[in-house]
Amino acid sequence: MPSNPSIAANTRPWRDPSAKPFISIRHITKRFGDFTAVNDVSLDIYRGELFCLLGGSGCGKSTLLRMLAGFETPTQGQILIDGQDMAGVPADKRPTNMMFQSYALFPHMSVEKNVAYGLLREGKSKAEAYARVAEMLALVKLEKYAKRKPHQLSGGQRQRVALARSLIKQPKLLLLDEPLGALDKKLREETQFELINIQETLGVTFIVVTHDQDEAMTLATRIGVMTEGVIAQIGEPREIYETPQSRFVADFIGSVNLFEGQVGPAAPDFMRVDTADLGPVAVPPRPGLTQGQTVWLAMRPERVWLTREKPAEAINSVRGEVRDMGYVGHMSSYVVRLDNGRLVRVTQANEGRRDNPITWDEQVSVSFEPADFRVLTE
Amino acid sequence: MSAPDAFTPPVASAWPLVRRVALALFAGFWAVYALALMPVPGIEAIRGNLIALTVVLGGFLVADEVTEDLSLPRRWLVIAVPLVWFLLFFLIPFVVLGRISLSETVIARPPYTPLWERGPDGSLDILAGFQNYSWILGDALYRNAYLSSIKIAAISTLLALLVGYPIAYYIARSPEPRRSVLLLLVILPFWTSFLLRVYAWIGFLRGNGVINNVLLSLGIIEEPLVMMQTDFAVYLGIVYAYLPFMILPLYATLVKLDDALIEAASDLGASPAVTFVTVTLPLSMPGIIAGSMLVFIPAIGEYVIPALLGGPDTLMIGRVMWDEFFSSRDWPVASAVAIVMLILVVVPIMWLQSVQNRQEEQG
Amino acid sequence: MKRGWFLPVFAVLGFAFLYAPIISLVVFSFNESRLVTVWGGFSTQWYGELFADGWDSWQTNPLLAASLISLKVAAIAASIATVIGTLAAFVLTRFGKFRGKLLLTGMITAPLVMPEVIIGLSLLLLFVSMEMVLGWPAGRGLTTVVIAHGTFCAAYVAVIAQSRLRDMDESLEEAARDLGAGPVRVFFDITLPVIAPALVSGWLLAFTLSLDDLVVASFVSGPGASTLPMVIFSKVRLGVSPDVNALATIIIAIVALAVTIAGVLLRRQARAAR
Repeated sequence: MPSNPSIAANTRPWRDPSAKPFISIRHITKRFGDFTAVNDVSLDIYRGELFCLLGGSGCGKSTLLRMLAGFETPTQGQILIDGQDMAGVPADKRPTNMMFQSYALFPHMSVEKNVAYGLLREGKSKAEAYARVAEMLALVKLEKYAKRKPHQLSGGQRQRVALARSLIKQPKLLLLDEPLGALDKKLREETQFELINIQETLGVTFIVVTHDQDEAMTLATRIGVMTEGVIAQIGEPREIYETPQSRFVADFIGSVNLFEGQVGPAAPDFMRVDTADLGPVAVPPRPGLTQGQTVWLAMRPERVWLTREKPAEAINSVRGEVRDMGYVGHMSSYVVRLDNGRLVRVTQANEGRRDNPITWDEQVSVSFEPADFRVLTE
Repeated sequence: MSAPDAFTPPVASAWPLVRRVALALFAGFWAVYALALMPVPGIEAIRGNLIALTVVLGGFLVADEVTEDLSLPRRWLVIAVPLVWFLLFFLIPFVVLGRISLSETVIARPPYTPLWERGPDGSLDILAGFQNYSWILGDALYRNAYLSSIKIAAISTLLALLVGYPIAYYIARSPEPRRSVLLLLVILPFWTSFLLRVYAWIGFLRGNGVINNVLLSLGIIEEPLVMMQTDFAVYLGIVYAYLPFMILPLYATLVKLDDALIEAASDLGASPAVTFVTVTLPLSMPGIIAGSMLVFIPAIGEYVIPALLGGPDTLMIGRVMWDEFFSSRDWPVASAVAIVMLILVVVPIMWLQSVQNRQEEQG
Repeated sequence: MKRGWFLPVFAVLGFAFLYAPIISLVVFSFNESRLVTVWGGFSTQWYGELFADGWDSWQTNPLLAASLISLKVAAIAASIATVIGTLAAFVLTRFGKFRGKLLLTGMITAPLVMPEVIIGLSLLLLFVSMEMVLGWPAGRGLTTVVIAHGTFCAAYVAVIAQSRLRDMDESLEEAARDLGAGPVRVFFDITLPVIAPALVSGWLLAFTLSLDDLVVASFVSGPGASTLPMVIFSKVRLGVSPDVNALATIIIAIVALAVTIAGVLLRRQARAAR
């Protein structure tokens, strides 16, 4: 899992309760007939952010984006951009621009004309518009392709034309619908950082819709994880990964082992949870839980401690047998079957060349650091 | 969708009831007036104004009723153009047709009676009636003409299917660019005149026509075959003229058929014949239905082919109606004949429509 | 896939069936003999007869005079049909749900298969009634034929335009909206150029259908507005006549030429696009 590079703005306005949000989405609901695509979503986004809406297909993230752009009218709720209510403002009058998943380049216009289109609609003179187009094409390194038609470009070039076209009007807010979805894997990784650079250069607020969690983790200052029309959690990438607030988020972002259990009697510096799979487990205390309440313990595979013998210092430890193992270069992943039949995923970093790595069918000890458990109630 | 959303802010008012009542009044008045030419006293003097008022207000109300929003003129203006055009020149004509089918023929201008008359004492005499329909359905000539039209159309459709299916299959299974060329060859005759193509068959089928000349000179026959002015010539003409309409929808479904399905069937032990019956045929059913309806429906009312190739005893309802109208000049009976024909073709048209809708949904 | 002999042979016979009558039509237009089907030697006399009066033939020869009328009717009707048909298709594919949508869908599908005699008779009766009630159209003639042809051709154009509009990526129009173009501007800047090829073929189809129509025109036309199919029909009803063959050959040659040119242009365009 790539950790988040420090691309976030130096200030983190969302941590400051007095900061004024740039975009306010208030109790937005969108229904298509009987189907509720977006269900009472509220969200604040701050100036200069690169916010990612992350979720599977049909979770409502694109609908939310299209309501911001003005292509869908909310059934209920309010959208404010820079303090201005967007109700009744048609798409062509909004201070937003959008980069489409399909890029939506006009097939009958050259690259230059595509990029100039927005400026000309603003009533800019041709000379002024084309001067700006030249600047913008230089920014995305496409000067040489100004006269080409979209079908004469490669996928990556088209992506950059679409980006240039959506940025030329210097929108207050740029909406990007799966901006890298149509690129192959290698190009996608390069482009991610290019996109971040452009965003920082221009200082435009970005909202990116994506289904790719790696992309969201790399790009975003904050991520909103969506499922079934609601936002399950909003937070910085590290928060989302380290402190998921629900089983859904824990499972959706990265890989996780979940153990169901009941809260045991309180102890001074730890809390006991009785699980069927691991027996009684000591976890850090968490306020607001009552004894006997059902909770879930989330444990990332890379935090599991896999040894042949039980380490002396381990507090939570169980025995198991390696059922499966995969070597992926920088790490190995294991599936361990505990004595009660439960399977646990474990990954171990391959630091240095170990002479005698753990392998199939070995009896092993699986240990957990109490602080690495995340206690979830939903 | 971008355009409509921007056009439709939520407007709610008590207006709907008012406009509905107004619309009903206008529509009712003009339906009665236009259809029956009701002699309303004093109307002649203000007729011009009334027409202008109705066109403006009625048009506005109709468009409004149709588009459900009053505050946004552009959306309904755009919808109204095609809708009003087709209402006026496609749907309303059927209403007029129906109205005239209830009259009786008279030697006058117009050559049919009004639906009612006011007696000298001001009483209303209803003249409308279904006498034309009972006359048509009771008369053997018309009954036989309908039955024979259906028979001829059905047989021709079956023949067109039998001829068209292998051709469509062959084209769909051909590699590019041969496929495009063959497809173009199917469409090409469609761009040349239907009438001329039917006319060309006269030269083929006549007693001293091409076919007889060839057969005679080869010594296969001794007497010229009688082919013109027979039902055979009509079948031939319909199959010939409508073949592209059969081939194109068949081609469209067959070309989408994945080769792997046929290979899978034979891999699982099906013989070519069994594969065809159990895989290809069911999957091409939408094409078969669409193609058959595209041939069958127009063929029922066909006039040109029976008129040019058929004999005097080739009974087809289109031809009967044509003669009723142009020779006997009996408009009401011709209208009734057309209405019954319309009822005959409505069911296959709806079937065709539902097949096409289903295909559209599947993409 | 293994292929037997049956399909190719059948296909060849099928295409022969489609083309043999057309070829014989052309061949016998060069026949010396008046008997259209008996070969009497090569001659171009029927073409000569068609143009016997030089330029005046366009007025004096009924076939040529009717051709001019038909061309005029077809051009106007095809243009009306393209406008109405495109609007209908646009409304049906881009305006979401509205009352009357199902009705409009039905009204553009039905004319495609509706027997022509019904369309012709019902329209004639409409025109007669309209004349009595509204005083317009005054009598039958070019106007009524144009309206009738415009209506059923619009249905064909609508079907073609609709399938193109459905295939078109709607985000193109959204992108233009997003960049600040109003709905009307989007239609002319984006939608129309993108679907233009479909509209051209729609216009051509409408033109051909109008040029070809006998039945509807026979009902709604009036004195002085006999179209070419009406004149040809009245001639060939009495039997074959070689000057019709000559005119048919000219028409077929023009169509073949136009189709070839269109094909070459399309292929060149497709190659440029690649």
